[in-house]
Amino acid sequence: MASYQDITFSKAELARYDRHIIIPDFGLAAQQKLKAAKVLVIGSGGLGSPLLLYLAAAGVGTIGIVEFDVVDDSNLQRQVLFGKNDVGRAKARAAKSRLQALNPHIKIQLHNTRLTSENALQIVKKYDVVADGTDNFPTRYLVNDACVLLGKTNVYASIFQFDGQVSVFNYRDADGVLGPNYRDLYPTPPPPGLVPSCAEGGVLGVLPGIVGSMQANEVIKVITGVGTPLSGRLFLFDALNFETRTFNIKRRADNPLNGDNPSITQLIDYEFFCGLKNPDEKPIKEITVETFLKWQALGEPYQLIDVREPNEYETANIGGLLLPLGTVTEHADQLRRDVKVVVHCRSGVRSAKAIRALEAQYGLDNLYNLKGGILAYQEQAQEV
Amino acid sequence: MATVIIPTPLRKFTNNTAKLNIEAGNVEEVLLDLSTNFPDLKKHLVDEKGEIRSFLNIFVGDDDIRDLALGKTPLSQETVVSIVPAIAGGLA
Repeated sequence: MASYQDITFSKAELARYDRHIIIPDFGLAAQQKLKAAKVLVIGSGGLGSPLLLYLAAAGVGTIGIVEFDVVDDSNLQRQVLFGKNDVGRAKARAAKSRLQALNPHIKIQLHNTRLTSENALQIVKKYDVVADGTDNFPTRYLVNDACVLLGKTNVYASIFQFDGQVSVFNYRDADGVLGPNYRDLYPTPPPPGLVPSCAEGGVLGVLPGIVGSMQANEVIKVITGVGTPLSGRLFLFDALNFETRTFNIKRRADNPLNGDNPSITQLIDYEFFCGLKNPDEKPIKEITVETFLKWQALGEPYQLIDVREPNEYETANIGGLLLPLGTVTEHADQLRRDVKVVVHCRSGVRSAKAIRALEAQYGLDNLYNLKGGILAYQEQAQEV
Repeated sequence: MATVIIPTPLRKFTNNTAKLNIEAGNVEEVLLDLSTNFPDLKKHLVDEKGEIRSFLNIFVGDDDIRDLALGKTPLSQETVVSIVPAIAGGLA
């Protein structure tokens, strides 16, 4: 956002943003900052709907959307970004059509994928500010950690039934002082089952509309520097009793990411962290691309299995035997037992699933997951 | 006496009561009182060792008890104690 002064506007844009530009404390400079900004919105559901609509309308120059879901009838009670005709469409695409119709002067970048420990840093690093509107604890911690590791501000909002929470995490103020993040507020997530999700507990449709709009307001303040962002404070809204409270929150010395003795220096397994994987489940064996290349160079015997789909294999492959994840266990007889078997997919998620299934059904212990998949392999191969 | 605000997800354990007036000198006494009167609520407030759950924040007035005196944080007649659990909804 360094060169916002160079940002210019067409006549049409100036007319569109006039009501912003004439606010004395906002002006053309704030509008320029908005156009120069890149904001990543994670989740285009309940919170993402108002958030995306207002950010697009406000003229945020580049908006990224991470969303893998498809529009369903039960979404329309609150996800005002979508209409009846969108049911069955990918949310990311439907969101893009709607937002570009609303404001053709901005860029919308789609990440039609689930945010994972493997892809989060790559995606988040392209943006200035992140707005988290996801619906589960593993992704909350993943987004937080990625933002802290990359030094991005995370504008946070969360809802449940009639309650909403908003805060601005990992925000560095004008004096260079860093604010708290999600792990300062909640060091660990609740064990599964103790706190129901919206899918189980329900949510009043208008609540994400209110809370997501507040989130949009904070995103705009963080970008423009206008006002005082909700950093170091947690805002609570009880829609049932119409009560609001704002609490002070602080950074903590025992924060494992950026406290006095940081112990987390890269993204972790958040499903495991949130207790969604059986703690007795032993981790699968992994092999880095670097080690794999060494094996190749040293003539170490191994077998390579590719669990992606045939069309992906056709586009690019590294010579593995193609056994797609869906049917890999049916073809277990094609796996060698006498050498190490390296299993890979695009980024390492499907191959991990394949290994777990094969280990569980056939008791194999010679399977290695290629860390980062073919993506990491291609990246490394380019460097070599 | 302090006013204790129960968050929505935990109200099913307090007969849907959002605000309770509790005779207590500090935060520990509030938790003890709640656990005694609403036994099903106890496991949501403290773990097996009796420590306050780490996905739960307790604020006395506007401040986190971790920045005050934790369970020993004193309460007065007008104090409002807020129990604020982590919630994760947004997308669904």
